Amino acid sequence: MNIPRVAWIVLALTALAIMPAVAPPYLLSLATLILIYALLAMSVDILAGYAGRTPLCHGAIFGTATYVAMYYVTTAGGNPWLALPVGIAAALGVSLVFSVLAVRTNGVYFLLLTLALGMIVWGVCQRWTSVSGGENGIRGNARPAMLADPSAFYYFVLAVGALSTYAIWRFVRSPFGLSLKGIRESESRMRSLGYNTTRHLLLGFLFSGLVAGLSGVLYAYFNSYVSPSSVALAQSVKGLLMVIVGGVGTLFGGIVGSAVIIVLENIVSSFTERWSMVLGALFVLTMIFAPEGILGKARAALLTRRKR
Amino acid sequence: MDRRNFVKSTAALGGLATFGAFDKVLAQGAGPIKIGLMTPLTGVVASGGREIAEGFQLYWDQTGKRIGNREVQVFVEDDGSNPDIALQKARKLTEQTKVDFLIGNLLANTGLAVAEYAKTSGIPYFIPVIAADDLTQRQRIPNVIRVAGYSASQMPRPLADYAYKKLGIRKVVTISQDYTFGHEQCGGFAQVFTELGGTIVSQLWHPLNTQDMSPYIAQIQGAAPDAVFAMETGADATRLIQQWSNFGMKGKIRLLGAQNATDQSVIRTLGAEAEGILSSAHFAEGNDNPATVKFVAEYQAAFKKLPSIYGFSHYSAAMWLSEAIKRVNSNVEDRPRLLDAVRKTVLSGSPLGRQVRLDEYGNPVYDVFIREVVKRPDGTFWNKPIETYPGVSQFWTYNPDSYLKQPSYSRTFQGIKKV
Repeated sequence: MNIPRVAWIVLALTALAIMPAVAPPYLLSLATLILIYALLAMSVDILAGYAGRTPLCHGAIFGTATYVAMYYVTTAGGNPWLALPVGIAAALGVSLVFSVLAVRTNGVYFLLLTLALGMIVWGVCQRWTSVSGGENGIRGNARPAMLADPSAFYYFVLAVGALSTYAIWRFVRSPFGLSLKGIRESESRMRSLGYNTTRHLLLGFLFSGLVAGLSGVLYAYFNSYVSPSSVALAQSVKGLLMVIVGGVGTLFGGIVGSAVIIVLENIVSSFTERWSMVLGALFVLTMIFAPEGILGKARAALLTRRKR
Repeated sequence: MDRRNFVKSTAALGGLATFGAFDKVLAQGAGPIKIGLMTPLTGVVASGGREIAEGFQLYWDQTGKRIGNREVQVFVEDDGSNPDIALQKARKLTEQTKVDFLIGNLLANTGLAVAEYAKTSGIPYFIPVIAADDLTQRQRIPNVIRVAGYSASQMPRPLADYAYKKLGIRKVVTISQDYTFGHEQCGGFAQVFTELGGTIVSQLWHPLNTQDMSPYIAQIQGAAPDAVFAMETGADATRLIQQWSNFGMKGKIRLLGAQNATDQSVIRTLGAEAEGILSSAHFAEGNDNPATVKFVAEYQAAFKKLPSIYGFSHYSAAMWLSEAIKRVNSNVEDRPRLLDAVRKTVLSGSPLGRQVRLDEYGNPVYDVFIREVVKRPDGTFWNKPIETYPGVSQFWTYNPDSYLKQPSYSRTFQGIKKV
């Protein structure tokens, strides 16, 4: 750990910590949403960036946790705090099923298989009207009473987000995380070295699903509403695009990408009706000029400067 | 210059150029009345959504965008036909743009999501198009009022009555989009039809934005009913009517539609496939009532097309709100007084040509027409009234208290009377 990196992190955390005092309520709610989606983006990055397998099912895992949390609190009348472990457990269950089916494939096949699995979840949420409410979704306040105040909730999300980011950071730098990187580089070589690549990918997928599930429950707390659009393909794509814009394989790229996309979605629509076009243009330009993402480009620029 | 640099510099220039366009849309000025209009400008019901904005703005353009000495500013946000986006935009309008009240949305699920937000934030929310029954029945919210709107099950009931009594229809299959609005419209139809003695042979439900209707049409052919009640909105309505005709079903089995299925926003893009479809609604653009004729002419002059239910509802809602705001002397910040004024207003100048008032539950009472799609001399199609059912409320002929004891219409409860 070098001093400049620590300084950046301390600076970022301080800026985030003073937000409730300085930001208007709408921007605070946007900041909370950015932190929640950052977790989703980072969960995608664990697989896409570090294990080299790009998934299109994390929206479904995220949404499953949201649905279960909402159902648990509003329909089943459970304790809002317990919605966290219950929702995460549901996400882990879904991730287990997905990973067992998908980890033996890679590349485009992995992409398509996870896409299809995500769509199955979407179909279930659409049709199982008695439980999921169908198109109408589930509404109701799922947040614990202690977090009812927007500032209190923001600090909670910030704390959870910071701890999770630290956990993911330790995970990808651990020997296990390095083995995932090795699988990304050359799976056959890892196998010849004696690693059980399938089991490693499975565990990596499960950890990724856990983070996505955590993000999903926080979203239930934030939104007080869930509908099939939360488990749809578009949600998985959104997570993936956040990772790409921020920088695949750079963990914090997920946070940057989440901020960029959420700000664009919400602020740009004040200025133009055609905000989806602006978003689309952003993605096209990113893929042409900065395929390594914003953070990737920043790191490359810093490296070239250090070399001189 | 190579291609990469060309694209880079064009993008940069383009980005700079758009800055010039920004200042037009930003809010400014102290003292204006700020209205937050949410409508689906993208998604499956974008055609209707666009007309919501047009109808609403038409009224303010006609009256000079002022009430008393305060300017009226309308902030339009796209809810993308999606409840999550609708919630985001509702939050944005309330917390950032700081509007005085919210209005709009089209799909019932977006309306329900925003109503939940209105409940917790206390901002007044008016729903001229959101027809989810329970918002003025079992789950009434004090600051959510269905101004110039209607409840889903209110409209198809006269059609069921007409079909049974005047057309002699005894067996019906219903096909509908699988969400609250569909469930409630079919429920309203099914309950009256079965209580009169008819049979609902089967009920088909499909997700919003279904591209291919052939599996459903095949099932209808198999069931061989006297008539089909089709509850469709937006692009789904267009597709069903076209595919119904393509399959050769037109003329073989009578098609009854919900008012949204034969709405102008749908039939103006179709041709003879829509001719002859019956529906029931409070608004028929082919009505020869002078107020309706005048409104249709003005709308056509402004937008070069005939008005749909979406344009009409929001025009009437703007009129209604304007009268209510005048009653409270433009003091929209006093929310309880504003809501009270809205409830007490009796709208007399609406394009319907008759007075409209709210019942005690916050839903208007209308004279409902049975309308038929007929061809105009210029080749376009519109809905002409062929019969009138006066004074239809959201409760039909039922006693409100006993009606509210039955569960709300859903996929599983359609009010079908068991023989």
